[in-house]
Amino acid sequence: MDFIFPLSQLPMGQNATVLKILTSGTMRRRLQDLGIIPGTQIECVLKSPAGDPVAYRIRGALIALRKKDSETILMNP
Amino acid sequence: MRNQLSASAASDFIVQTKSDNDLIIGLAGNPNVGKSTVFNALTGMHQHTGNWPGKTVTNARGVCTYHNRNYILVDIPGTYSLLSHSPEEEAARDFLCYGNPDGVIVVCDATCLERNLNLVLQILEITHRVVVCVNLMDEANKKKIRIDTDALSQKLGVPVVTTSAKNKTGLPNLMETLERMLQHPSESAYCVTYPDPIEEAISALATYLPGDTLRYTRQRARKLLEDEVLPLEFSNDAGISTAFLHAKSLLRSHNFTQNTYRDTVATALVTQGEQIARDVVTFEDENYEKRDRIIDRLLTGKLTGIPLMLLLFAGIFWLTITGANYPSQLLSSLFSHGEQLLFAGCVSIGLPPWLCSLLCAGIFRVVGWIVSVMLPPMAIFFPLFTLLEDLGYLPRIAFNLDKAFQCCKACGKQALTMCMGFGCNAVGVVGCRIIDSPRERLLAILTNSFVPCNGRFPTLIAMISMFFAITSPYSSLWQAFCLTLTVTAGIGMTFAVSYLLSKTLLRGHPSSFTLELPPYRKPKIGKILIRSMLDRTVFVLGRALAVAAPAGLVLWLCANVEIGSQTILSYLSGWFDPFARWFGLDGVILTAFLLGLPANEIVIPIMLMAYLSHGSLTDASDLLSLKQILLQNGWTQITALCTMVFSLFHWPCSTTLITIKKETNSVKWTVISALLPTVIGFFICFVIATVSKLIF
Repeated sequence: MDFIFPLSQLPMGQNATVLKILTSGTMRRRLQDLGIIPGTQIECVLKSPAGDPVAYRIRGALIALRKKDSETILMNP
Repeated sequence: MRNQLSASAASDFIVQTKSDNDLIIGLAGNPNVGKSTVFNALTGMHQHTGNWPGKTVTNARGVCTYHNRNYILVDIPGTYSLLSHSPEEEAARDFLCYGNPDGVIVVCDATCLERNLNLVLQILEITHRVVVCVNLMDEANKKKIRIDTDALSQKLGVPVVTTSAKNKTGLPNLMETLERMLQHPSESAYCVTYPDPIEEAISALATYLPGDTLRYTRQRARKLLEDEVLPLEFSNDAGISTAFLHAKSLLRSHNFTQNTYRDTVATALVTQGEQIARDVVTFEDENYEKRDRIIDRLLTGKLTGIPLMLLLFAGIFWLTITGANYPSQLLSSLFSHGEQLLFAGCVSIGLPPWLCSLLCAGIFRVVGWIVSVMLPPMAIFFPLFTLLEDLGYLPRIAFNLDKAFQCCKACGKQALTMCMGFGCNAVGVVGCRIIDSPRERLLAILTNSFVPCNGRFPTLIAMISMFFAITSPYSSLWQAFCLTLTVTAGIGMTFAVSYLLSKTLLRGHPSSFTLELPPYRKPKIGKILIRSMLDRTVFVLGRALAVAAPAGLVLWLCANVEIGSQTILSYLSGWFDPFARWFGLDGVILTAFLLGLPANEIVIPIMLMAYLSHGSLTDASDLLSLKQILLQNGWTQITALCTMVFSLFHWPCSTTLITIKKETNSVKWTVISALLPTVIGFFICFVIATVSKLIF
């Protein structure tokens, strides 16, 4: 199956691979600093009480991202 | 504003050596990998540490003497990378490039080595005089993460040392390796390679750039090629300009734009780090984080997250209130005996009566008040708070509250700066540097004083226990509840004001937000309790002596020097009185807050002195007699409530104001930061006073 979805829709406990980062500028830099590049495996680990932000496992670290930012990261299953 | 900030941050990095023999060593690394712990362990200093990313915002430096040589260690704020443009990253890069360090120790987190290697590779682009220190080995061992350090050292071409700085293991080895590296720097340190067109462009430019090593000129070339034009320092050089244009056209002919160039650079660094990590790190237990996730599900759960957070704070407040009671009474009786003895002593050596009174009733009493009332709650609250900090709970608070901050168009990390505000608002204001966006940082700076600091916290506790205690076995629980409510009011006001500012003076959208949630770490409880208690005691005593003692002197003069038939203090308070009555306060209270500008600690002592100058009671060292004095002077529960509100919402102390001026570089924002809480405080007090007059 080969469909594309934003990181924000990754269900809890699931893994997926980064296909593309859509955002530009500072946030793009930040995401790259954290090791998010095409091909990076990301797991959805933890939701905050309000459901936003969500914490993801990225290269061994637990990183919280806001929905408006995780929406800009396209994923492949 | 960003440029001004980064400029001031960069100038902090210029290090002066005492002698030519001294060596400057930078301590770099990702946030929250234990840099400060390594720093403390090597220098014997007590730089603040805690389990959350971004604590170190100022660059501490300390001296470590090893084999009769001074190593000046500079603790650089943690960064994930040197590619971005946040003030800290620029400052870190400036130090590494222009601060001329003799060597760099890159501290890495053993449990998360892959991500850390990204920064290691970037630093290796600047200098080869590097020792990689893989810290937190104890945690990695517990999680069954194995690291082949020999292979890592071979791949990176620089020495690698493993440490567990918390337990002080591996540190002698680190210094020995550093010494050896400085004598014989590695010639074969890893060199990041980029796809061919970029390599060609870098080579074309690098040969023309000034620099001691090819490594460094390559890095400079790579950096320069990110931008469309050369900076002023190079644009006058014909050779460099031509080479730059040539390199740029080379990149363009391979369809590189500014964005794809940056992406390719970032990708090359990440993938090379990934390759190295793949060969040296093995995870023997894939479920190593199970325990953390169970705790997280409770502490950040939909239904449990916020209630548990409030309960935790209420619990800490309860322990503070009950625990502080006894030592507080003990200290105050000690001080009141001490005052009598001192007075007798002064009289016996023949000092004039006014001097005896000045020393005892002026200086000694104010210091005694601060020590006995301020010290015990703070010496209990802070160790407990530090415990939460070291466990790794603070970033979870930011995680829980981020949505609310997002609604106010602010940054979730503001929660962390508020936590720092508990200790001291000036520290909280400096801590706002962890927030990237200048607009959001300003929001956090302007609202920081809504969190009661060290100097106001005990005032609130004293007010609650004097006027809002109930006679029941659960009194202390009730008081803790009242205190939680008060602090929550401050937090609520932070949200409200942040929201209003975002809609008016500081319009804008929330910017990028990434927050690392570190693993929970088992704190060394005994050590932390003692360390933090000592630190806090030193802090409170230091302020008591530095601010309260001179203030006591001035206050005594105000309360005793008469102009006409009135003392200065009663003249002032009489003048303010009609105005203050509008807000449920009286002239003395308002005068006390005004004179308390240098330090909030002295607000209650000023009130006391003013009331006592025309009262009959002489001994007011414990809360019971203090309450009597206040009642005699017409205090009611409403007065106490208004005083609490005003204590929570009024101008920040002078230290905080100076810090705000320094951090924002603007008189306008400093004035606003003073006006904002003051107007709010007066408004709420006015409402309370008016409503209570209507009802009663």
